[in-house]
Amino acid sequence: MAKTKITFTYLFLIVAAFVSIFPFFWMIVSATNLSVDVTQGRLLPGAHLMDNLAKLTSSVDIWTAMANSAKIAVSTTLLALLIASLAGYGFEIYRSKAKDIVFNILLLSMMIPFAALMVPLYRMFGKITNFISFIGIDTPAAVVIPTMTTAFLIFFFRQSTKMFPKDLLEAGRMDGLSELGLFFRIYMPTMKTTYAAAAIITFMASWNNYLWPLVVLQTPENQTIPLLISNLGSGYAPDYGVIMLAIVISTLPTALVFFLMQKHFVAGMVGSVK
Amino acid sequence: MKTAEPALNQSQKATRSRMGNRMKESITGWVFVGIAALLICIFFFYPMIQALILSFQTGKGMNLKFNGLDNYTRLFIDTTFIMAVKNTFIYLLFQVPLMVVLALFISVLLNDRNLKFKGFFRTAIFLPCITSLVAYSVVFKYLFAPDGLVNGMLLGLHVIGTPIQWITDPFWAKITIIIAITWRWTGYNMIFYLSGLQNIDSSIYEAARIDGASAVRQFFSITVPLLKPIILFTSITSTIGTLQLFDEVVNITKGGPGNATTTISQYIYNLSFKYSPDFGYAATVSYSIVIMVIILSFIQFKVAGERNG
Repeated sequence: MAKTKITFTYLFLIVAAFVSIFPFFWMIVSATNLSVDVTQGRLLPGAHLMDNLAKLTSSVDIWTAMANSAKIAVSTTLLALLIASLAGYGFEIYRSKAKDIVFNILLLSMMIPFAALMVPLYRMFGKITNFISFIGIDTPAAVVIPTMTTAFLIFFFRQSTKMFPKDLLEAGRMDGLSELGLFFRIYMPTMKTTYAAAAIITFMASWNNYLWPLVVLQTPENQTIPLLISNLGSGYAPDYGVIMLAIVISTLPTALVFFLMQKHFVAGMVGSVK
Repeated sequence: MKTAEPALNQSQKATRSRMGNRMKESITGWVFVGIAALLICIFFFYPMIQALILSFQTGKGMNLKFNGLDNYTRLFIDTTFIMAVKNTFIYLLFQVPLMVVLALFISVLLNDRNLKFKGFFRTAIFLPCITSLVAYSVVFKYLFAPDGLVNGMLLGLHVIGTPIQWITDPFWAKITIIIAITWRWTGYNMIFYLSGLQNIDSSIYEAARIDGASAVRQFFSITVPLLKPIILFTSITSTIGTLQLFDEVVNITKGGPGNATTTISQYIYNLSFKYSPDFGYAATVSYSIVIMVIILSFIQFKVAGERNG
């Protein structure tokens, strides 16, 4: 009885792990094969990685798209971390009844589906374009600005601040630090792991964001990597090897972030519900 | 006597400066939270009000005029909208429970103290979460193509006699979307359950085992009740996510065949940016999602609350 249970456990987990990993295996292997081989179901690595790369870079500007995505994801992450941690710290350290009410109202924004914001935001940025063109439609700034503040991240920082040792602030005040000084000199260095987790969540979300960039970015020079992949994937006569290579390249940054910071990643996700 | 006086003075001074500090602190506090609050008002609440006003207007592009409740009554006779709502609810009813049960089941298996290769299994099952929704959708589209690998494998194993039309058949296209979403998000939910399971005291299970409770019994009488807050949290986030489904449908089936897999978000996008822009009606459709999110979250809270009491 116990033995069949153990066998079942391993069997089930092996199947689940196989199903989870297989698409990764397939896309990596396919990136090294010709389109014909992929359609014939070849599951062995081929010798056409460089051919596929040459074809890819000659048909689309993947490096520009990668650079655009990197620019947007990095600036979104830096700004989001600063804004949300200031707020999370403010709500917890300078706690008051009025601020708690504001906090709860801000949390309501988490319920708002993006599809409902898309049209008004598009019109808002359409109007801005007439006055300040560098943050208007079809600019990276238009992608960053509406996505850099989320109630979720404020909530996340506030929850984490509950664990922050407040005596450190008193000690800092004794040393004559200003309130802003306390935040930058004491809070920020102490909360390194929280910042790391928040950075991973924000970076990944920004790197993978599709709908808003699709709406607001219009010229190919400005497109981000998900837009490029989507365009490649909807082509009439797809070259499977080339597309799979593009997908592998586009996944490398998030995969790297994941494997380097796996601990923070999981901590970040779980911390958000505690 | 001599020491008492300065002590009193000092405490008075301290009170005064503390009050001054409190004022200063209060203002500083508002500055700290103010930036974020302002930005959320500008980019969430203000557009929501704009969308509400828009939802009572009609016209092409930027030329809009009010038309009362016409947009809302139009919803009830709009076959594409009804189709999109139906599809969204099919995804909700089948995909969310399937994923929650699967994630819960895997977490319980992984929580076994004697299990080997735990780290490997956990990482492998979580791995789909690192892919972008667009990237994995494109991969799935090709895996499930008529001459794709999935059909190839099923044919090779003699599970099916003829290839399944995963993308172009209205029924199978929905199945493909459900399989894809489940692949992408099961590991994500699993992490939450695993962390919840780690907080359950193992002595509870020990006691149950001594009382002769079976594994199934333990699961339903201990694990599920204790994980309920987390199950509720993941169900709500999954529900909100499913109501907003866009990337997968656009990149796997383009909403087709016909409108067999289209979602409300995709319809809003099409109304605003694909067809000749009808921002007013698009805003009306978007408010239908807002209302559904509110109602469904409320129901989930209620159901969980009642089972609790």
